[in-house]
Amino acid sequence: MVKRFLILLVLVFFVIMLLPLVSDIQPQTELNPLAKKYVKDGPDELGSANLVTSVIVTYRGLDTLGEVAVLFIATAGVGFMLRRRKDSNKNPQKKRESSEILQTGTALLTPLIFLFGIYIFLHGHLTPGGGFQGGVVIASAILLSMLSFPQSEINHKILNAIESLSGVLYLVIGILGIYLAAGFLDNRILPLGDFGRLFSAGAIPVIYSLIGLKVGSELVGILDSMQRSDS
Amino acid sequence: MINGIIIVLGIIMIASAFMAIYMRSLLSSIIAAGVISLLASIIYLLLAAPDVAMTEAAIGSGLATVVFLYAFNKVKGRGEDNHG
Repeated sequence: MVKRFLILLVLVFFVIMLLPLVSDIQPQTELNPLAKKYVKDGPDELGSANLVTSVIVTYRGLDTLGEVAVLFIATAGVGFMLRRRKDSNKNPQKKRESSEILQTGTALLTPLIFLFGIYIFLHGHLTPGGGFQGGVVIASAILLSMLSFPQSEINHKILNAIESLSGVLYLVIGILGIYLAAGFLDNRILPLGDFGRLFSAGAIPVIYSLIGLKVGSELVGILDSMQRSDS
Repeated sequence: MINGIIIVLGIIMIASAFMAIYMRSLLSSIIAAGVISLLASIIYLLLAAPDVAMTEAAIGSGLATVVFLYAFNKVKGRGEDNHG
């Protein structure tokens, strides 16, 4: 009873504390100065048709690097906690074969989903989406084939190589920005090109492709270690 | 019009949040949690944030649900006090 009362008291306290945030809210009629600068100068400075991408990859590039690092640490943690089965090669666990429909559908759909993921991160500077979304779509394609062919093994050497290489190249491009352009992760180390074309916006497509590969391989690693953990 | 849709979606989201907490079977809870993410991604799309909507739909309702299902598969049948 006392416990319930205390919980209620804490809830009421939070309501009183957060009420000003809700009641004082005013519909904004114009952008704040920083957003206005991004909207006005972004297309000319960076040449990216999708303004969100130019903010994420270039103006706030360091935050994106932090997000990629967070995802990497999460993957490393999952791989560390869930040990792989040692004797998985000696006596493989009997697993039920998946149905004919699932296998055929997977064979048909996996390449298409893969291609769609690549499309999303290559066109990150033109259409909504980008490296993270594309990487997740690629990971879901591999998840589908993992579900329908449970016996298949994922080549960890290739996976680790893709992940490390794309991470290192991302940083190298960021550091190149210091020497060739205005600062760390500046996209103007490559020519900006025609606005709205695939090969435009400097290094943004390159950076987003690297992020897509890195995120995709990391998520595949998480799913694989969850599927094959021995507990 | 859009406001009405968003309010309806928000009510369904709150309802499925309660379902996720109070459902007897864990599997239904996982599905209800996935529904929340799916509806949230629709709301993001209506609020003109397609980038966030894609992330939410792919990670929130796709991968997170699968990770929960894997965890559910591991936990299932272990110990006597499971509610699944």
